[in-house]
Amino acid sequence: MALLEVRGIGKSFRGLRALHDVSFDVPAGAIHAMIGPNGAGKTTCFNVMAGVYKPDAGSIHFDGKPIAGLRPDQICRAGIGRTFQVVKPFPGLSVLDNVMVGALNATDSVRQARIEALRVLELLHLADKARHVASSLTLPERKRIEVARAMATRPKLLLLDEVMAGLRPTEVDEMVAVFRRVNQETGTTILLIEHVMRAVMALAQHIVVLHYGEKICEGAPVDVVRDPAVLECYLGEEAV
Amino acid sequence: MSDLYLNAALSGALTGLVYGLMALGLSVIFGVVRVVNFAHGEMMTAAMYGAILLSQAFKLDPLVAMAPVAIGMFILGYWLQRGLINSFVTRPEHTQFMLLVAVAIILVNGQLIAFGPNARNVQVDYALDSYQFGSVILDKVRIYAAIAALAVSAALFAFFRFSLTGKAIRACADNFLGAQVVGLDVKRLYALTFGIGAACVGTAGCLLVMLVDVTPAQGPAYTLLAFIIVIVGGMGSLTGALLAGLIVGISEAMAGALFVPSAKSMFTFALLVLVLLFRPQGLLGRTP
Amino acid sequence: MSVLFDGLPRRSLIALAVFFGLLLVAPWLVNAYVLSILVVVLYYAYAGQSWNIMMGFAGQLSLGHSLYVGLGAYTAAALFVRYGVNPWLGLVVAVGVTTVMGAIVGFLAFRFRIGGVYFAILTIAFAEFTRIGFDHAPLITAALADYTGISVDKFPALGGSGGLFLPVTNLSSNDLLNLRGAPIMFYYVMLAMTALALAFCRWLLASKLGYYWQAIRENEEAAAALGINVFRYKMIAVMLSAAMTAFAGVFFAFYYNNLFPEQIFSMNRSIELILGPIIGGLGTLFGPILGAFVLSPLADGITEVLQWAGVEIPGVKQVFYGVCLLLVVVFLPNGIWPVLAKRFKLGREQ
Repeated sequence: MALLEVRGIGKSFRGLRALHDVSFDVPAGAIHAMIGPNGAGKTTCFNVMAGVYKPDAGSIHFDGKPIAGLRPDQICRAGIGRTFQVVKPFPGLSVLDNVMVGALNATDSVRQARIEALRVLELLHLADKARHVASSLTLPERKRIEVARAMATRPKLLLLDEVMAGLRPTEVDEMVAVFRRVNQETGTTILLIEHVMRAVMALAQHIVVLHYGEKICEGAPVDVVRDPAVLECYLGEEAV
Repeated sequence: MSDLYLNAALSGALTGLVYGLMALGLSVIFGVVRVVNFAHGEMMTAAMYGAILLSQAFKLDPLVAMAPVAIGMFILGYWLQRGLINSFVTRPEHTQFMLLVAVAIILVNGQLIAFGPNARNVQVDYALDSYQFGSVILDKVRIYAAIAALAVSAALFAFFRFSLTGKAIRACADNFLGAQVVGLDVKRLYALTFGIGAACVGTAGCLLVMLVDVTPAQGPAYTLLAFIIVIVGGMGSLTGALLAGLIVGISEAMAGALFVPSAKSMFTFALLVLVLLFRPQGLLGRTP
Repeated sequence: MSVLFDGLPRRSLIALAVFFGLLLVAPWLVNAYVLSILVVVLYYAYAGQSWNIMMGFAGQLSLGHSLYVGLGAYTAAALFVRYGVNPWLGLVVAVGVTTVMGAIVGFLAFRFRIGGVYFAILTIAFAEFTRIGFDHAPLITAALADYTGISVDKFPALGGSGGLFLPVTNLSSNDLLNLRGAPIMFYYVMLAMTALALAFCRWLLASKLGYYWQAIRENEEAAAALGINVFRYKMIAVMLSAAMTAFAGVFFAFYYNNLFPEQIFSMNRSIELILGPIIGGLGTLFGPILGAFVLSPLADGITEVLQWAGVEIPGVKQVFYGVCLLLVVVFLPNGIWPVLAKRFKLGREQ
């Protein structure tokens, strides 16, 4: 039994079909990626998993328990942490306080939360900015806060929504190293939506491809990038 | 006995149309500029006092005074937005709100200082006349006021529907960034919109002062009333504002007839709670 | 206990000590008139802190807080007048009443995701509804008596628009147990409550509750994604704020000894309550206190000056409040306290 089992998910918005019959598994401890052209439904899929939307059809099982339709906070407490594509830091709070809010998901003690938050900030090379107000940080830094916050909640599964966007190649490599380390040291399962192929190829053990709301392909990275259907949806018919 | 209620309901409906016009101004302002005009009721009482002054000084019938008062209010609203509120458009919601609370406080108490706390109104020559339709007796002033309110509302609808400026304003409402990108001077349009909203209030004030007394303390009450009407009718729906105004007018009159006139707002509040509970987008509002 | 003072630089602690020290001995340093002003100032400092929990910490704008002041006042007063119930016991009941009311308002609003402006309007509507209700209390009581067959005398006397009056007894001897006594007793009661509220707020802000509230205030969606049950924490904020405000009401009733719905439930009162925290500094600990200390004396000062000049116009004080609010919102949106704290380095270490 995989950690995350997504079966036949469908979601429409007033007649516009965003997702149709999407199914995939993510085993515990793995790093999987979800790719696809813009508008393919990747973030919608994330939002359904994270409880922002209720699916119109299908089921989601996490750690053996059904979670489709639960509230976002319930899903977080069940063990799924997520980041947002458009980052949502707590602008008036310090970086440390931001991450502490996440850490408080796993403990009631503020002192413990502070220790944990500092540990995560260290991991993401943000410790020197701990006392800075979040709104004063650059966008790439704010993305790291977003990741740190989600990680501080001690998730079993981390959903990362385009966290590499806008980063320079060296920064991408740094983030890849962080995620690899977290995955190896704590066994945290990771599912990432990404456009930055450099990160996908470096991290993902398995890729799911979405196009127009449907899964068109899945498999090992080397196979997926050569699959004709995938190439067609990215580059068009004539290119294949 | 039911004649009493029928009369009350119809009277209330007529008054309600004037309320609707007032709320229309608020809806326009919020729908476009997205600023919550907490000083709306205070602007209303200011207009009412304006009508009183003009009536005292020039013996102007409020129906005629509508024009100068509306223009005056337009200018006030335009400069309020241009000079003060425009810089707040990007600030957090509660800051904008507080700004207008401050303006409201200054307006209310300014009126208190200028006019004193006693009730005033405008007594036109035909104030005591009425028309009779069968068993229904309706005040002339009320009918004229309602007709005027409808006429002004219709003019407003036409403006937004058919004129170029009206369409430009609607564009701003729909898409702030998009409007800027196609070259619309959004700040000017915002100011224009606030001015139009204020002019609505000005007109409504002239009409209402023929029907009820005004005291400075009523400013906040009218603000609340305008908001309730807009929420019941649906934010962003102009027809909704009129419809809700009608409903509120009727409910006030019925409450007055069934219980005590001084308790007439209790029904309105109950209506607000019901709408917020069961149909938060309002009667004609778009589903979120 | 140490969490209360931890992170505060030495000079802040000293400033705090001096501040409260002065307040402690003030009755011996000032005349009766100034003392009465100080009582009002502390009243607003306390009430402002209660409101600040809801808005400053959790970000929920209540413009109808006079509802809780009034309900608290009337509950304790009615119990005292009719049944001779001790005001401190009356306070317990009052807290119960306001908490339930807060729960109702909160539930209506948050269950249906009413936020921001809509929520503010809802709070105003509740306060106004209650005001009109209390204005017509005799009528309502009579109607209820008719309907249920219970004799009118059995219902608590609420006085209606004519007012509810508390029997004024010994002004010379201080009876703390019954809250009857000289102004100096009321002064110390309010001072104690203000200090306690400050300590309580400090403790709250540093707790998990405080962090979660601030998260909700800053970004609800992100807060939910981090495991925060937004509905529950908002409810706690509203109910706690309402409960604390009850005391302000009880105090008001027993200090002024008369209650009029027009006054105590009025929107003006609601606005006066929030001016202190906003001008002082929303969401800060010392802001509401500073705001109260700045506003009331200034306002009274202006009234005094005008009276001396022979001018006695109602409304001038309020215009002054309005202008102050305007200036603060435009130039110092975070209030006066953050600016002062930065200047004199009195804030928490950053």
